[in-house]
Amino acid sequence: MQHIDEELRRLREKLLEMWDLVDYQLTSGRDAVMNADHELADRIIKLERKVNNYDIKIDRMCENFFALYTPVAVDLRTVLAMLKINTNLERIGDTAEGMAHFVKKIDRPFDPELIELTKMMEMYDQALAMFRECRVALVQDDPKHAKEIIKLDKALNKIYRKSDVVITKYLQANPDRIPEALALLSIIKKLERVGDQVTNMAEEIIFYREAKVVKHKRKKKKKDE
Amino acid sequence: MTKKQSKLEANNLDAYYGDFQALKNINIAMEEKAVTAFIGPSGCGKSTFLRTLNRMNDYIDGFRIQGQILLDGRDIYATDVRVDELRKEVGMVFQKPNPFPKTIYENVVYGLKIQGIKDKKILQEACEKSLQQAALWNEVKDKLDKSALALSGGQQQRLCIARALAIQPSVILMDEPASALDPISTAKIEELIHELKKNYTIVIVTHNMQQAGRVSDHTAFFYMGELVEYAKTKTMFTSPSDTRTQNYITGRFG
Repeated sequence: MQHIDEELRRLREKLLEMWDLVDYQLTSGRDAVMNADHELADRIIKLERKVNNYDIKIDRMCENFFALYTPVAVDLRTVLAMLKINTNLERIGDTAEGMAHFVKKIDRPFDPELIELTKMMEMYDQALAMFRECRVALVQDDPKHAKEIIKLDKALNKIYRKSDVVITKYLQANPDRIPEALALLSIIKKLERVGDQVTNMAEEIIFYREAKVVKHKRKKKKKDE
Repeated sequence: MTKKQSKLEANNLDAYYGDFQALKNINIAMEEKAVTAFIGPSGCGKSTFLRTLNRMNDYIDGFRIQGQILLDGRDIYATDVRVDELRKEVGMVFQKPNPFPKTIYENVVYGLKIQGIKDKKILQEACEKSLQQAALWNEVKDKLDKSALALSGGQQQRLCIARALAIQPSVILMDEPASALDPISTAKIEELIHELKKNYTIVIVTHNMQQAGRVSDHTAFFYMGELVEYAKTKTMFTSPSDTRTQNYITGRFG
């Protein structure tokens, strides 16, 4: 293995460590939301500092790589992709932290009927699955898999688009549950963001493997929809 | 390959040193007033090709070509082409600075004197203009009568460029012009190349990938006598289409 490959391997390893940390935040976030678990929410919030440290470390590793190896072609695309994946991972960590803050605002678990109506858990599981599959695509350098992940985002958007109407209806029937419903709506918004962020990361995998930029095509399509 | 006019073109070019085929069916069109870089491992044929562009290989025993090289649409290997006239049109700068053991002034006007120009005013003007163009004038204007060999390596190389410019060519071939220079001198040569391409067509052979990236508009990758890939430099260094190009520019060859 050449020195440059060893550096790229170390960078990728660091990124995967960060990925696992954010995975823990997201997975625990699901339990915290389900059970209104404030203690777990606190742990998720606390982890944010560690994720931020990874973010800084990976930024620095990329900066050094550019300066010392002046990469071109696939090496250049890989480091650019790692840099952007790093940014998106950090944001997913922020999103998980944000959801934990909403959990802390509620003092009892969400109304099961509200969860059922909004399909929030379905959305959470889908976002989590996308996040995990994206890691698989990165580890296996698999742009085909990355493309499949991008398609999954549609289901999240669909649930998200309906959530306003569903929650409005619910509030009309349950006017005493405004804070709870608003907190849930915020969590749904954050899950939609996770879907977008995972999509961004999947696009980066396609970019560095195939030298294809797919992000604008998708956004254009989204606009046309 | 571009909308701009091509200055130099090779069509189905093969080149041989005796039985050895050094270039295999090269087809390429080089854009006017742009920089084209040739890259590739040692022995790939890039320097051979560069030298066919002003018939420098004519001196080598057993060297022959098949195919065409066109300069402004005219075959430079046609029987009616005078090689000395061709070299007025296509100047060359070599890897190692090679000033003559003469004064700075004599170096710059050497080609003009050979052409029979004796008018001192014309020679002096040409000398200043060429040294200005080579970004050397300010450094040497007070010592034009001093030996060129007293200059630093980087200055000597710019002097050689000035000497090439004095005969007013339209094409300048550069064979690793900065490989023997320190980073500051290299940067000066690269800046100079940027300036010169406004008026000249430049073809440069370089082993320095970053240099090819910095100075050229188009890059051609040669391997084992073949032109493997020829594209815009930006494309070559971000998403080359041939695996061999990718392996070479990322340093993973062999």
